[in-house]
Amino acid sequence: MIRRTVAIAVKELLQLRRDPRTALTLLGMPMALLLIYGFALSFDITHIRLAVIDQDGGRAAREVREAFVRSGYFDLVAAGTDARALDRLFDAGRVQAALVVPAGFGESTASGAPVELQFVLDGSDAQTATTVLGYARQIVGSVTPTVRAPASLGPVTARPLVWYNPDLDSSRFLVPGLIAFILMVTSVIATALAIVREKERGTMESLRSTPLMAIELLIGKTLPYLLVASVAAAGSLLLAWAMFDVPIRGSLFWLAVVTLLYLAGGLGWGVLISTLADTQQVAFLVGLLSSMLPTLLLSGFIFPISSMPRIAQAVTYIVPARYFLVALRGIVLKGAGPAVWGGEALALVIFGGAVLALATARMVRSL
Amino acid sequence: MSFLPASGAVPDGAGERPATVVAADELSCRFGAFKAVDRVSFEVRRGEIFGFLGSNGAGKTTTIRMLLGLLAPTSGHATVLGLDVARDSESIKRRAGYMSQRFSLYTDLTVIENLRFWGGAYGLGGAALRRRQEWALDAAGLAGRERDMVRDLPGGFRQRLALGAALLHEPPVVFLDEPTGGVDPEARRRFWDLIDDLAGGGTTVFVTTHSMDEAERCHRVALMHAGRLLALDTVPGLKGVFAPDTVVEIRCPSAAQALERVEGMAGVLEAALFGDVLHAVLDRPERRGEIAARLSAGGFDPVAVGSVAPTLEDAFIHIIREEEALIDVRSRLAEPDDTQRVTGGGPGARP
Repeated sequence: MIRRTVAIAVKELLQLRRDPRTALTLLGMPMALLLIYGFALSFDITHIRLAVIDQDGGRAAREVREAFVRSGYFDLVAAGTDARALDRLFDAGRVQAALVVPAGFGESTASGAPVELQFVLDGSDAQTATTVLGYARQIVGSVTPTVRAPASLGPVTARPLVWYNPDLDSSRFLVPGLIAFILMVTSVIATALAIVREKERGTMESLRSTPLMAIELLIGKTLPYLLVASVAAAGSLLLAWAMFDVPIRGSLFWLAVVTLLYLAGGLGWGVLISTLADTQQVAFLVGLLSSMLPTLLLSGFIFPISSMPRIAQAVTYIVPARYFLVALRGIVLKGAGPAVWGGEALALVIFGGAVLALATARMVRSL
Repeated sequence: MSFLPASGAVPDGAGERPATVVAADELSCRFGAFKAVDRVSFEVRRGEIFGFLGSNGAGKTTTIRMLLGLLAPTSGHATVLGLDVARDSESIKRRAGYMSQRFSLYTDLTVIENLRFWGGAYGLGGAALRRRQEWALDAAGLAGRERDMVRDLPGGFRQRLALGAALLHEPPVVFLDEPTGGVDPEARRRFWDLIDDLAGGGTTVFVTTHSMDEAERCHRVALMHAGRLLALDTVPGLKGVFAPDTVVEIRCPSAAQALERVEGMAGVLEAALFGDVLHAVLDRPERRGEIAARLSAGGFDPVAVGSVAPTLEDAFIHIIREEEALIDVRSRLAEPDDTQRVTGGGPGARP
């Protein structure tokens, strides 16, 4: 049993070594993708073109304006006193946001009376607008105490305090998602292709005539790719730490365990596809679509699950990346232990077990 | 070479290995309405080179796949080494060798890596595997070329290596499915020398082919046509379907046109073109002069008609034509509610 499994695994590794293009793709692709997407896929919005209409002209107004510029998010591109100029600026797309400081702002703040600032946003890109609004609230909140007269009691303001990712740096949030995405795609496709190749070349017929059992073939075929994918996973995490400052706060051991569980599901999925597809082309396409789309769209990687339609939310329960992401972010960003993501790990075990069992059953039938 | 010891798992061989290695009884396989193999029965004896002769699509590969347990028979049953193909396919796989029609080696691995892998797939390891690797390298004539990539080997070497790989676990019976496709005659001869050696050592060889030359080297030949086994005999036995001196060779100019004439003549049962020579089967030997005279009169001079020893191909054509004539008669006699109507290949099996 062991001997036959090892024979398959060794053969697979030898073939992988003879095919440096595939080996490099499996190892290098995840990291290359991580770099490309890591830089491109950023939800952080900077260099927002800001216009300031200062109708007050006092010290407090200047302080507010300085606070916006100092924050690093905004570039001051226009300044004036006439709010009517804004129409033109927004229409021409010269500004994305405008801060209007009403006349009497300085006096009101000095007397401790409630004051209002007007913040005008281009809402045609809702997501950007929401983010920018968030920035503006934070900045205004931060200047309020200093512009307020020290002796009097001012309005109560919420002071946001963001944990784990204090700069709300989206790469910290996205990079674990990317790793989940890349590992799923490569593990599914690599295994599916490795098995379908045998069908295409006709060696499967000979394998079937040997005493090889389905489970031996399955383990022997997936083990080498599990190894390669683990190396790719470790490389990706290292790269994420070096390039995107994604810290690994939690235990490396638990990280490895959770990653292996996740990979087992992906490899099983690849095997399952290989029992359905007869050509490498079909296997590649099915593998790509069935791993890429759910992991990208239905895992909480980019779109929060809680804001999905109910039916889509239901579907996310069978997307393994959903669970892996929670555990991965938990371990990497929060240093959380199994008590926090134990349920997710269990879900990964169930998914992996079910997929592998199904794959074995289908292989037995075709073997 | 040595063999697996007789195993207690063989039910009907109390101590002694049974003389019958493969037995098929009304074995059939149907894909929808298509009968790939239609009630085929035969026995293969130990140490025999058993040829399965037939054109493509005759059901040869399907039969082998059923015998190895890779395909479940639709009806009928068969045993290999006394093991039932439907129930004991795992045991059969352990004890039989198989060289599939499609090339079964990994071209991106070396000679020795392939042998190690296939040995491992049969559960071999250690000294036993090394000993058998040596044997396979020798048999393939590849000693000293262990590190060559299989893709760089000429076809003949590949085929012998594939055979060696199928025999690493010393199976008492080996199934070869058109093993010499696409190799040159010399390589083919060497492959068959290897098969002779195997059979001489007691291994039973079940080999499919569509080549008459190869069939001539088999101890017994089963003739498959359209899923049915039409004849099973030794080569001389198969050739013995003709009365003495009734197979003639006709040499004349424009043999292809002459064939049309000859086919229509009285007393000619069959005629076929072999290169630029005609072979004809006559109802009696005395027809020879008559045929020569009529061809000569028809402008096919000079003509020579002489009796020849029938080839296997003559016998093959003869048997198939007789069968088809029989099917023809039967289908005209067939009753409307004949349950065999759906087969498309003509009704029923032989009585």
